[in-house]
Amino acid sequence: MNKLSHICFAALTAVLVSTTVSAETATIGIRSEPSSIDPYFHNLGPNNAMLGQIFGRLVDWTPGMDQMIPRLARSWRALDDTTWEFKLRKGIKFHDGSDFTADDVIFSFKRADGYTGGNSSFRTYTKGKSVTKIDDHTVHVSTKAPYPLMPNDMTTILIMSSDAKGSGGSENFGIKAKDFNKGTAAIGTGPYKFVEWKKGDRLVLEKYDGYKGPLAQPWSKMVFRFIKSEPARTAALLAGDVDMIDNVPTTDIAKLKSSADLSLSQGISNRVIYLHMDQQRDKSPFVTDKKGNPLSKNPLKDARVRIAISKMIDRDEIVDKVMEGVAVKAGQLLPEGFFGRSSKLKPEAYDPAGAKKLLAEAGWGDGFGLTIHGPNDRYINDAKICEAIAQMLSRNGIPTKVETMPKNVYFKRASKGGPDKTPEFSFILVGWGAGTGEPSSPLKSLLMTHDKSKGHGASNRGRHSNAQVDALVTKALATVDDAARAKILAQATEVAIGVSQGIIPLHYQVNTWATRKGLKYNARADERTVGLDLIKAQ
Amino acid sequence: MTVFIIRRLMQAGVVVLLMSFLVFSGVFLVGDPVDILISDEADEEDRERAIAGLGLDKPFHMQYLLFLRGALRGDLGESFIFEEPALLLIVERMPATMELALFALLIAVVIGIPLGMFAGFRPESITAKTIMSGSILGFSLPSFWVGIMMMVLFAVHLGWLPSTGRGPTTEWFGIEVSFTSWKGISYLLMPAINLSLFKLALVIRLARAGTREVVHQDYIKFARAKGLSGRRIVLVHVLKNIMIPVVTVLGLEFGGLVAFSIVTETVFAWPGMGKLLIDSIGMLDRPVIVAYLMIIVFLFVIINLVVDILYSILDPRVRLGEIRS
Repeated sequence: MNKLSHICFAALTAVLVSTTVSAETATIGIRSEPSSIDPYFHNLGPNNAMLGQIFGRLVDWTPGMDQMIPRLARSWRALDDTTWEFKLRKGIKFHDGSDFTADDVIFSFKRADGYTGGNSSFRTYTKGKSVTKIDDHTVHVSTKAPYPLMPNDMTTILIMSSDAKGSGGSENFGIKAKDFNKGTAAIGTGPYKFVEWKKGDRLVLEKYDGYKGPLAQPWSKMVFRFIKSEPARTAALLAGDVDMIDNVPTTDIAKLKSSADLSLSQGISNRVIYLHMDQQRDKSPFVTDKKGNPLSKNPLKDARVRIAISKMIDRDEIVDKVMEGVAVKAGQLLPEGFFGRSSKLKPEAYDPAGAKKLLAEAGWGDGFGLTIHGPNDRYINDAKICEAIAQMLSRNGIPTKVETMPKNVYFKRASKGGPDKTPEFSFILVGWGAGTGEPSSPLKSLLMTHDKSKGHGASNRGRHSNAQVDALVTKALATVDDAARAKILAQATEVAIGVSQGIIPLHYQVNTWATRKGLKYNARADERTVGLDLIKAQ
Repeated sequence: MTVFIIRRLMQAGVVVLLMSFLVFSGVFLVGDPVDILISDEADEEDRERAIAGLGLDKPFHMQYLLFLRGALRGDLGESFIFEEPALLLIVERMPATMELALFALLIAVVIGIPLGMFAGFRPESITAKTIMSGSILGFSLPSFWVGIMMMVLFAVHLGWLPSTGRGPTTEWFGIEVSFTSWKGISYLLMPAINLSLFKLALVIRLARAGTREVVHQDYIKFARAKGLSGRRIVLVHVLKNIMIPVVTVLGLEFGGLVAFSIVTETVFAWPGMGKLLIDSIGMLDRPVIVAYLMIIVFLFVIINLVVDILYSILDPRVRLGEIRS
């Protein structure tokens, strides 16, 4: 009897133990796989999301991106216009037990800045900055010109251990991307340790017991499974194989909402979906008369025509019908709550009569023809949005054709598919996620005059050019005082979008995550799927 | 025979070379991955650095010659996306796909031959008609749809099988396999069935046709007259004779199973080569696409060669020297 009860007890404890252990493992089905574990290999959304759990950054964003929080840095301040001081946290240890000091910050900066190979480097954020060690826990970062975005840039660079050893070679301090992918060099200070990465299948992280810092560690183990196919991801959640999925397609949202076993988390993102219009060429290849014959004059060069097009777009209908309610209409570059946005700009209301009047004023009262180009696998419902816009314009006297294509073909043609590497199209749909959490990056890349030598207007595929905008953004980028800069950025946005309508903002994307009942995801504005923001619902 | 094999291999070399040129120039025309890979915030200078870093700033013929030079040394280039050797990436994924394809083939044979033979013996029975109509479904239903339906039924509603992914793997002669544990098999089952459906229908039809033909042959009548048991007639005299076309066709179809399990792998998130190919096409990862297709061409050439050699062994009337490939 005694023995029997003993066995029963043992069996029972075994069951209990195994359930608690499995309850602490989070399995997350994600759409996009990272391309590397090397923190400087590729400035890409999935990489930055995944690696931020293994490596720390000096500064980080709250999930809503409304505020910067100290992570490896304890505090920061601008000593003068060109020098910033970062005080580092003490007592932080890397996964291999070594101490985190200023040397690791300098090492990481150097490796990121001089990275050879890889795709899309982090030099965007390290360029022109020099880091000096003051003591073990203080660094100064200085620039030649005043640089206000220093803390913002620090939210991008992950800090690796300067003791990490690689397989040798002369590049990248002898540490290759594959040394990270195997795990030998993947030594960070983050709340989770790298365990393994099976490409195309899964990536496993494990709780780091020595973690000190502001982030939560809700799980003892996290398994990220890469499920690209949309219905399969939903099925995996419904079958209970994963605890959460990201990028829930808008068509599935209603169905999942009604399920008693699941809950949805939604959050507005920092990504605005907008339209570019060719404002450079006099003969724009996809601007025609109403019958489709080429025009010798480009109506899109006239701001009144651009504003008229914006007025012809019924944003409510796009949000309700195309996006099934899962989007927020946009009137500028960033949604509410973000730094430096204008309080005056509102989403343009649907106003066909006003549009007609403006067109007539500009001398295009009879209308003209357009072709809208867009990707069909990049943004949520991108091809459907293009079709809706074409219908709205056609209804209002601008017969518009639609041509959408896969992103691997689209982006190259949209950036440099024309003669002399100019943009090929006339009227296109694109999206922009402001990684720095404020409008200077989209203003600089999308609305400043295209100038290769200065690095301005790199993604200005409509070649909008307005001297006032250029001057305001340049001024903002040299204004270290936050309040003053916010004001100038708002002013620049008002001119670039409100007055001259350089681009037409449509809506901000809202991202949806679905979890099993009892869990909750702190929806992130930066669109990242991060295991530590998956928490038990209270 | 040796001459035949050498000639075949030389032809294979020409085909692979031609293929590499076609794929290389095709992907070159579509574009390069830099515009998809690069961060929005990168300026023109960063973009040019990235393009040069991948060697994409060179003219087409230079890029192709560099590729050929590497290929001759067995280096098919590094993936643009992962910066690891393309060949290694593919070889890493190969066991998963092979496992899936072999299982699918096994299912097709083990289920297809008995069903087909039954339909051949009793063509007028209702069961036979059901089998044959069922095989039409196997041919005609799109496999991604069947895959999702299976997932909804067996994983979501019944909860019998895991929905996606590959189970735990163990090492087996240095190769990672997942069929050594029940858990691994439970992951394998749905994708393997999904992949096998088309082949299953094919095997049923071949077995039925073969059986219909064989049962009327004199030697079967003679065997019956001799008083052999029905069991022996079916299992020895009929089965053996219908196997020749089945083996030939399946041998050739196996290459197709391996090369084009793309749909099944994508639907079930099976980490095999097909999923790698489709991801690589999406990202225009040229080295991986080219290497993959070169491997597949090579695989087909080898399978054809083996089938021809087997033919000459199975059927003494065939002489290899006379086969024009």
